[in-house]
Amino acid sequence: MLTTRPFTYAAPTTIADAVALIDTGGPGTKFLAGGTTLYDLMKLGVETPAAVVDLGRIPELAIVDTTGDQLVIGAGARMCDVAEDPVLLHDYPALAESLSLAASQQLRTMATVGGNLLQRTRCAYFRAGAPFACNKRDPGSGCAAREGIDRVHAVLGVSDSCIATYAGDWAVALLAFDALVDVVGPGGERTLPVADLHREPGDTPQIEHTLAPNELIVRIRVPPTDTGRASTYLKIRDRESYAFALASAAVGLAVDGDVVRNARIALGGVATRPWRARAAEESLIDAPVTADTARRAGRIAFADARPGRHNGYKIELGARTVANALLIAAQRSVR
Amino acid sequence: MDRFPRDTTGSASRSGFSGRLHVQMVVNGRDVERDLDPRESLLDLLRERLALTGTKKGCDHGQCGACTVHIDGRRVLSCLTLAAKANGAHVTTIEGVAAADGSPHPLQQAFVDYDALQCGYCTPGQIMAGLACIAEGHATDEAQIREYLSGNLCRCGAYAGIVAAVRATAAAQEGGC
Ligand SMILES: Cc1cc2nc3c(=O)[nH]c(=O)nc-3n(C[C@H](O)[C@H](O)[C@H](O)COP(=O)(O)OP(=O)(O)OC[C@H]3O[C@@H](n4cnc5c(N)ncnc54)[C@H](O)[C@@H]3O)c2cc1C
Ligand code: SF4
Ligand code: FES
Ligand code: FES
Repeated sequence: MLTTRPFTYAAPTTIADAVALIDTGGPGTKFLAGGTTLYDLMKLGVETPAAVVDLGRIPELAIVDTTGDQLVIGAGARMCDVAEDPVLLHDYPALAESLSLAASQQLRTMATVGGNLLQRTRCAYFRAGAPFACNKRDPGSGCAAREGIDRVHAVLGVSDSCIATYAGDWAVALLAFDALVDVVGPGGERTLPVADLHREPGDTPQIEHTLAPNELIVRIRVPPTDTGRASTYLKIRDRESYAFALASAAVGLAVDGDVVRNARIALGGVATRPWRARAAEESLIDAPVTADTARRAGRIAFADARPGRHNGYKIELGARTVANALLIAAQRSVR
Repeated sequence: MDRFPRDTTGSASRSGFSGRLHVQMVVNGRDVERDLDPRESLLDLLRERLALTGTKKGCDHGQCGACTVHIDGRRVLSCLTLAAKANGAHVTTIEGVAAADGSPHPLQQAFVDYDALQCGYCTPGQIMAGLACIAEGHATDEAQIREYLSGNLCRCGAYAGIVAAVRATAAAQEGGC
């Protein structure tokens, strides 16, 4: 508590009020949903908003409708509830699994599916604060991880200024299914693909996503797909549960007879942002899913990997994670 | 800095920013009303202001589960919950689970019977998580119990007893009443 900078607090009850408030709170005012990322980083002194707009009392933000052609999932819905949605469990197991394999049930009860998308990296140097150099926390200061312990850091999408892993699971699964986010700001509503939400670090690792600070994610939409049923989210961790991914793969397949007609592969735990593996997807089209084609797809997914000092194992681990996920998804296509 | 007038009625759920909040909640069946700094966590409110020290602070960052309590019947980590979020809610802590006559809850008794603790520091959090695990329907087999209690770390390694205690209590509820 003592390390948390003073801030003022508002808890509006409508989306319109939340958007009206966000520009009036002072420097760095932020939306706070569950608070499991933001309040945590405020306690560490890494996030220092002058004010927070608590989204927790806005019922219209938590509406979930999975009965239509597309899934509509309010940004304020809790991870634990969406993880057990019967349509997701049956028709999009990769989406349900990406949520139920994340964090713990306590955290999933607090955290929202909108906040989850914008969670920040778990890079220990970023979280620890001074004396560690971190371009994401303190632009221009350097990157302690590149010369330090980079075992959990990214091998894809890295830059000279930052190698921090995007830690979330849900966005990876959403990316595989070409999901969309509807956002609203003072200028009105707009829609963007989840694929355009996150940024690679480049020279500006402090800018992690493409939303303006005053834009609110209202809902996530998942369009119809033939790859939902035969899908899986495979997550490899240091311990069996309650840990971030060292490598993960969201995979969805449409198999016709013996051959793949459509394949979706997205990677987590290995890249600086949710990572789509298009070339690996293409390698499977019109081919059967066998141990060989699956392994080849895994290797293709990591063809551009750039390892650091202690994270080279992620290339082999990640490739095998993709391969195993493909085999699991293929089995689901024959059930 | 406040462009909005200070909230003189003090309600934390009103629109407009406040640097000082007034909250009301029911904690273990008792009405509680307090003024607070928005920075305050529910954990600090419980321990430091309401003298409910049964709820433990392990990491203060969502990583250990020692601070688990229930808000409106669902389990949360009180260390990462702004106290303001509990405004208007029912909060249950380990002090609120025993029967009115003071006899332990069956899960508390099971922790004793199955040797589910050593130092006891994680135990209040384990019990609050275990109660929720059973209520959610996530205590049907051992693998599921392990998964749904994985957010509660035990430095003493009493896991085998913890799983057994939750399993036995869930089974007794199923068969009994
Ligand atoms: C110990 C621990 C383990 C974890 N393990 C995992 C894991 O294995 N996998 C995983 O995926 N995650 C994991 N997490 C991260 C957790 O899932 C996220 O912190 C959580 O999902 C964030 O959601 P929230 O509602 O709490 O967001 P908040 O913390 O409230 O917000 C996060 C960010 O999103 C912004 N925001 C929130 N809602 C909106 C909105 N509607 N519109 C615009 N901006 C918004 C906030 O301003 C803030 O910047 C873990 C967290 C902890 C503490
Ligand atoms: S990897 Fe990125 S977040 Fe981590 S220390 Fe380097 S700049 Fe900071
Ligand atoms: S004290 Fe809250 S999770 Fe550790
Ligand atoms: S009994 Fe000591 S930490 Fe669990």
